[in-house]
Amino acid sequence: MNVHGGLRLENHKSRPLERPLLVVPPPRVAILALDQGSGEAAEPVVVPGDHVRLGTPVAAARGAAAAVHAPVSGVVREIGLAATVGGAGQCIVIESDGRDDREQGAAAVDWRALQPAALLAGIEASGAAGLGGAAFPTAAKLALARSAGAELLLLNGAECEPWICCDDALMRERAADVLLGAQVMLAASGAARCVIAVENDKPEAIAALRSALAMVGDARLALVELPAVFPLGAEGPLVTAVTGREVPSDGLPPQVGVVCQNVGTAAAVARFVRDGLPLISRIVTVTGSGVCWPGNVEARIGTPVAALIEACGGRAAAPSTLIAGGSLTGRVLASDRVAVTKGLNCILAAAAGELPARAAEMPCIRCGDCARVCPARLLPQQLHVAARADDAAGLARFGLSACIECGCCDYVCPSAIPLTARFRDARERQQARAAEHRRALEARARYERHQSRLAKQAAAERRAFDEARQRARAAGRSETGP
Amino acid sequence: MTSPSAPPPPVVGGFTVPRVMFAVLLALVPVVMAQAIVFGWRALLLIAVAAGAALTCEAAALRLRGRAPQPALRDGSVLVTAVLLAVAVPPSLPWWLLVFGVAVAVLIAKHAYGGLGQNPFNPAMVGYAVLLVSFPLEMTRWASPGAGWDAITGATALDSLRAGLRQSYTMQEIFAGTAFGWIGAAGGEWINLAALVGGSYLLVRRVIRWHIPAAVLAGLALPAAVAHLLDPGAHAGAAFHLASGATMLGAFFIATDPVSAAASDRGRVVYGAGIGLLTWIIRTWGGFPDGVAFAVLIMNLAVPLIDRSTVPRIYGQRRS
Repeated sequence: MNVHGGLRLENHKSRPLERPLLVVPPPRVAILALDQGSGEAAEPVVVPGDHVRLGTPVAAARGAAAAVHAPVSGVVREIGLAATVGGAGQCIVIESDGRDDREQGAAAVDWRALQPAALLAGIEASGAAGLGGAAFPTAAKLALARSAGAELLLLNGAECEPWICCDDALMRERAADVLLGAQVMLAASGAARCVIAVENDKPEAIAALRSALAMVGDARLALVELPAVFPLGAEGPLVTAVTGREVPSDGLPPQVGVVCQNVGTAAAVARFVRDGLPLISRIVTVTGSGVCWPGNVEARIGTPVAALIEACGGRAAAPSTLIAGGSLTGRVLASDRVAVTKGLNCILAAAAGELPARAAEMPCIRCGDCARVCPARLLPQQLHVAARADDAAGLARFGLSACIECGCCDYVCPSAIPLTARFRDARERQQARAAEHRRALEARARYERHQSRLAKQAAAERRAFDEARQRARAAGRSETGP
Repeated sequence: MTSPSAPPPPVVGGFTVPRVMFAVLLALVPVVMAQAIVFGWRALLLIAVAAGAALTCEAAALRLRGRAPQPALRDGSVLVTAVLLAVAVPPSLPWWLLVFGVAVAVLIAKHAYGGLGQNPFNPAMVGYAVLLVSFPLEMTRWASPGAGWDAITGATALDSLRAGLRQSYTMQEIFAGTAFGWIGAAGGEWINLAALVGGSYLLVRRVIRWHIPAAVLAGLALPAAVAHLLDPGAHAGAAFHLASGATMLGAFFIATDPVSAAASDRGRVVYGAGIGLLTWIIRTWGGFPDGVAFAVLIMNLAVPLIDRSTVPRIYGQRRS
């Protein structure tokens, strides 16, 4: 394996995987965040009072946001600001009528007969997005791969976070869906082959995929086992672990001939072509000793987190912290009233002591442990000095742009410095400054345009005045002429 | 819309700064014991004096800087500085001189630069160097091993080697002197062995990595071996250098101070090799009893340059 650093972490996946997938009942009230986890909000296309059916588009794709569909049939109650997994954001609230009436005309897609463009359009319309957590529109990624001529479709089943196991559960129970999704994505992206990468701490998932592969008998599909190292499930390290190629830090995997998709996304695409249903549900790991029966649940997008925990026996007696995502890259949730998004892969209810508390921050002693585990081969300690000084040249030299915010450096730092958060802050400051610079340039251009318009206007007026005066003089001369 | 307000999940791994420091202190126990056996109980007294002085200076510095005394006093870093300085000086050194050296190390070399993690120079070696240039007589008077601190003092092995060569003695004659043991300095070779044992413990516990010690030892042994091969009459061999003076203490405990060392693994190899080479040069042609302290300080000076030129190639970027 040619990926630098990383962590071998003790994993906590066996308890939720003891139980089969559990389907959470559809919510009575679905809360659909317009930002499903990609950082960009979709454009609402319904207004309060509209009746929607199961699968009716309620928000249209925009930029890095995929389309969002009604996960229940019923009435749009309101569109407004609400707490979300990412903090707070605009949400569409749909009150269910409990009937799950399906959108008419939803039927299986004959994907083998479709031209790639039509297939891509269908995937786009289905609202498929990266279920690994990034929630980036699947169709946009596949289209980019097609135009860049990527030859390899890399399905990410690494799942390296120590608590998350929703992909593991999916691969165990729905391996055929993953493979069907892979075939559809091959057709859509134009890639020649597909590699499904799974970390070798998931023997059941690997066995299920192997037997499904034997059933399908498609020579373009292959399975690769990876060592269980965090963060091999991150896009860059995964591409390198499988192909040996490095994704340019200012670029994307298609530049090195690869397109990455999560195995859950593949299964979602498979469901779309099989049933014609858009992406309205996903699998979420509900775990930690803060819940009574940890497990993996399939829930409609928009289901409140509280309902997922309820389906897993409710909160245990001891108080616990709710974390969305894994223990290394997730974020703490303020309440359980936020709803499932396409990017939400795990709810970790961590009881006190389950995640050791971060000690008080101490000065950096330059021990270099952070550099040893950094998958981007950065020197986080040097980067930290540059971030603290807000030194743009230093941040560039020590590779802030290559940081994937995996949290390995935080994990090993003996001084308990929250390095990843510092780097994220530095990045946000840079982006804010760049935006301000852009605004300033635009303002200056506007001002200059305004000035030149004023100058032109003044010149034109003077010219008109001069001409008028000359005409008047000429007229005067002719009057007083001979 | 992502919210930066949520705190990051609280995950931590193994080591903390106090645990690192106390592991170093534990690894120094064999060295201290060897010193006490070779030079007598006064070596232990000096360590106690140095530790007391260091904690007092640290508390005073924190107070002067308006910082809370805790947890800085408890992190163990100042005790490491104190013990390293105490085992580096001759056991016959007057106690108040050691207090002076500790004060220089803690107040000037450490806190004047901003405290833990900020000092560009190894504090213990700054204290040592200041003592050596200010009080050369007291700092070069080593008791003959086994004779106790109040016995007649003699020259160290490194000193008598240099003096003997200058007076045209042959190697055989020089090595027959009382300052010499089986392979290195009499007594000193046992202290070096103890430092090697303690250093190996640090390596196994992964408190330190191999890069710096290996580079220091190679940087010293290679030129010594080559010079000995070319001119055996004028140069002692690699084994003598490895087993004399502060070689092992320097390689495993002093050069490995991460604060004043280079940052990357490659940089640390360069840094360590420089220390080894400079130690050999100072021992061979210099006027001081040992070269480790000055070699470390000179390489501390070079760290910014080393760090600039040994940045690893970042993932997904061409080498700049």
